Amino acid sequence: MSVGIVSYGAYIPKYRIKVEDIARVWGDDADILIAGLMVNEKSVPDMDEDAATIAVEAARAAVSRSGLDVNRIEAVYTGSESHPYAVKPTSTIVAEAIGATPVMTAADFEFACKAGTAAMQACMGLVSSNMVDLGLAIGSDVSQGAPGDALEYTAAAGGVAYIIGNKESELVAVIEDTYSFTTDTPDFWRREGMPYPEHGGRFTGEPGYFKHVLGAAKGLMEKLGTSPSDYDNAVFHQPNGKFPRRVAKMLGFSREHIKPGMVVSRLGNTYSGSCMMGLAATLDQAKSGDRIFMTAFGSGAGGDAFSIRVTDRIDEVRDQAPKVEELLEDPVYMDYAMYAKHKGKIRRA
Amino acid sequence: MSVARSWRHQVQRYNLIGTSCNSCGKYFYPPRTMCPGCRRDGEIVSYKFKGTGEIVTYTVIHTAAEGFEHQTPYVLGIVKLDEGPSLTSQIIVDPTDIYMGMRVRPVFRKLGDSGEKGIICYGTKFVPE
Ligand SMILES: [Zn+2]
Repeated sequence: MSVGIVSYGAYIPKYRIKVEDIARVWGDDADILIAGLMVNEKSVPDMDEDAATIAVEAARAAVSRSGLDVNRIEAVYTGSESHPYAVKPTSTIVAEAIGATPVMTAADFEFACKAGTAAMQACMGLVSSNMVDLGLAIGSDVSQGAPGDALEYTAAAGGVAYIIGNKESELVAVIEDTYSFTTDTPDFWRREGMPYPEHGGRFTGEPGYFKHVLGAAKGLMEKLGTSPSDYDNAVFHQPNGKFPRRVAKMLGFSREHIKPGMVVSRLGNTYSGSCMMGLAATLDQAKSGDRIFMTAFGSGAGGDAFSIRVTDRIDEVRDQAPKVEELLEDPVYMDYAMYAKHKGKIRRA
Repeated sequence: MSVARSWRHQVQRYNLIGTSCNSCGKYFYPPRTMCPGCRRDGEIVSYKFKGTGEIVTYTVIHTAAEGFEHQTPYVLGIVKLDEGPSLTSQIIVDPTDIYMGMRVRPVFRKLGDSGEKGIICYGTKFVPE
């Protein structure tokens, strides 16, 4: 039996703020920041958008891209670090909004930036054991960076949904295998009730991102007996533009490998949506037979690696929902004051 | 709005679920349980609207109701759905860009909440198509 992606859908809010407009407020050097982060601008949610509304829009795009019967979706898992409720699932809102309720299971996932890929893995298990017909795995975030914190330059909003199934004729891409590498690493955290996350500063790179992405990626290629030359494209978690480029090089992937999925410079870090957005952008331009290597990273910390093979069904569904490139087009720019209002950093007395 | 009352109408808000009459082909939103034209000969069934339509008229709100002050100026409009019925909704659009006859499509947004401790109400708004 094959397990894989039956459909996918993405959503990006239309607003953007430029790194230089944030830097101006805090007296930082925009040129140094842009060169260091390799991010020019990031998405900002509208005032009535949150991780749940973004998850719904992504899920609806995935449903309409494949035209499948929503009642076949028997599991809905939403990964986010910005679920709107502390207690009350986002996934029930999504399931109700796409019309998949009530005969189904649902739960929310949390694992910093890789909660969405963890949800994909859970769905893979459920469909391959025939416990459910189709599973919906979503990564959606409206991430927050504290005013003036380094994260404020990249914390963005967006969501991506993948419908996972096990009928070969329905799959747009077969997931050949997945491999995870997980340790208890305090590189990034947020305590209950706190509005902004804390992080270990420079500590987050080597023992966090690089150790876990390399651990998962090398582990999967070893398990499958593959090497970078076996793949047409590769996608890595994009907290900024520098980390995925560096980790790709360390693993032996080229600039061309990662090019289609590198969306961070115009989008920022969409956290749970980041790596999954890169995969969606890669699928948007993929050809039948292409092999895609993906590794997501979540602080805390872990890496989820996937080996994916695109089928000829991609050509039938690709144009039935907005492509990532289309969602990035025609943004509406806002200044820091309007951004602060949108993100609830300033409130009317 | 009470939690219970809001929840009872949730299905209609999330997906524009109304009804239609199989006898005369009319559509109803909010849903009607009896067709006013066919009366007893009508056959009412549940119907999920496509959600696309056009702006019949609109107003730009500068002085908002409690809980919506931070969103001003915003647009309230009457949307005539392609199947016929009209409804009032917030239209997410720059107030200087909207016009009568503008084509719109539905999106899923936060409609409001009952304070920081209360439930969040979600539902349908419209954006230019
Ligand atoms: Zn009738």
